[in-house]
Amino acid sequence: MKRFLVILPLVITPFAFAKDHIITQKGKAFSESEITLAPGDNLIFKNDDDTSHNVFSAVEPMKFNLGIQKPGSEASHKFDSAGVAELRCAIHPKMKIKVTVK
Amino acid sequence: MSFAESPSRIVYLCSVLFMLVSPNALKAGAKYKDLYKRPTQIPYPSSNTYSDARMILGRTLFFDPRLSGSNWISCATCHNPAFSWGDGLAKGIGDGMKDLSRRTPTILNLAWGELMFWDGRAESLEAQALGPVASTGEMNLPIDQLLAKISKIQGYKTLFKGAYPEEGITKDTISKAIATFERSVVSGKAPFDRWIEGDETAISEKAKHGFTLFNEKASCSQCHSGWRFTDEGFYDIGLAGDDKGRGKILGDIETLQYAFKTPTLRNVDHRAPYMHNGSETSLTKVVDFYNKGGDVTRGSKSEHVKPLLLSDDEKDALIAFLKTLTSIDAATPVTMLPR
Repeated sequence: MKRFLVILPLVITPFAFAKDHIITQKGKAFSESEITLAPGDNLIFKNDDDTSHNVFSAVEPMKFNLGIQKPGSEASHKFDSAGVAELRCAIHPKMKIKVTVK
Repeated sequence: MSFAESPSRIVYLCSVLFMLVSPNALKAGAKYKDLYKRPTQIPYPSSNTYSDARMILGRTLFFDPRLSGSNWISCATCHNPAFSWGDGLAKGIGDGMKDLSRRTPTILNLAWGELMFWDGRAESLEAQALGPVASTGEMNLPIDQLLAKISKIQGYKTLFKGAYPEEGITKDTISKAIATFERSVVSGKAPFDRWIEGDETAISEKAKHGFTLFNEKASCSQCHSGWRFTDEGFYDIGLAGDDKGRGKILGDIETLQYAFKTPTLRNVDHRAPYMHNGSETSLTKVVDFYNKGGDVTRGSKSEHVKPLLLSDDEKDALIAFLKTLTSIDAATPVTMLPR
């Protein structure tokens, strides 16, 4: 029983402390050019622009696509595995953010 | 000397008078000018830094028709400096004199570009450079044949040795040399730039009004932003046709269906016809197209393309402004091709 009590927190820890990080999209730019996350963290993208945006990554294992974000809307993605990816807006390719998960 | 007699008072009164008499000129100058300042240096990537030898090699390759299967089409055949680095045609013409599906875009100011081609399918100028060479519809020369052909030309051995001494003649060095030359192709200062720098006489009052319309009522600057007049974005502007553009590359996003890259407006009055398909023959027709909110309504159409309700005078002012973006550029040297 003692062994179980010691191991359980170690298993839960990575996701118990997962954080939400907010990135705004304004003036056709992300508020950060790079960010480092822990596995399990969420990135929340807030479109504060007057134009639609998108966030996608084309590289495995972080491949995803959040579709269209209308002005004023939010979208989020959870990063489970370690690695590095460059996220982009498919509509405005100058919008880039480098994400490192470790 | 009292304030009433001082030069400061005269300057102050003149300033007040200017604000009362010319609110539009002041508004345009104060509010938007900083957004359109030219950069002072051309950016070159650390993976392919500039040297004169690289630029000259790239220029030589760019003008060499032996980069095609027919030995008859060079990059410059379509990207002709005399047509402001386009071809003046509605659609490009490729191997066997067959029409291509899209208009030839200019290569002006691509050093600051992001993704290449109308649909953004190439990540960089280096990634783009040999696409048209190998394309069967365009220059129709497979890359292995290109390497064999170039390697046999003694003059190229010397040029490559000077430009990329450690790398030799490879697919990468050919791409890098062409990209280096293309980055050097920059439009010169236009009347608009002189106005941005402070010369109020460089453009007409009508053109200044057009600039304000460009940024406000006509909202052209939503996409045609910055000194190159492009945000590098991809939009469906409501042109009829079945070419899905960026949608073919990133197929699962509705907004990217029928979407094409925002073209630069530098030297735009030298580059008719317009649009990715060459369907508009004059700037007047382009402005009319946007004024009515495009031709087609569909789910992918940009929220920024909608009826503008511009009067005839406003459309004239907008065109007067667009014509101030044209520079008189130095002639490109005619390159002697190596034998």
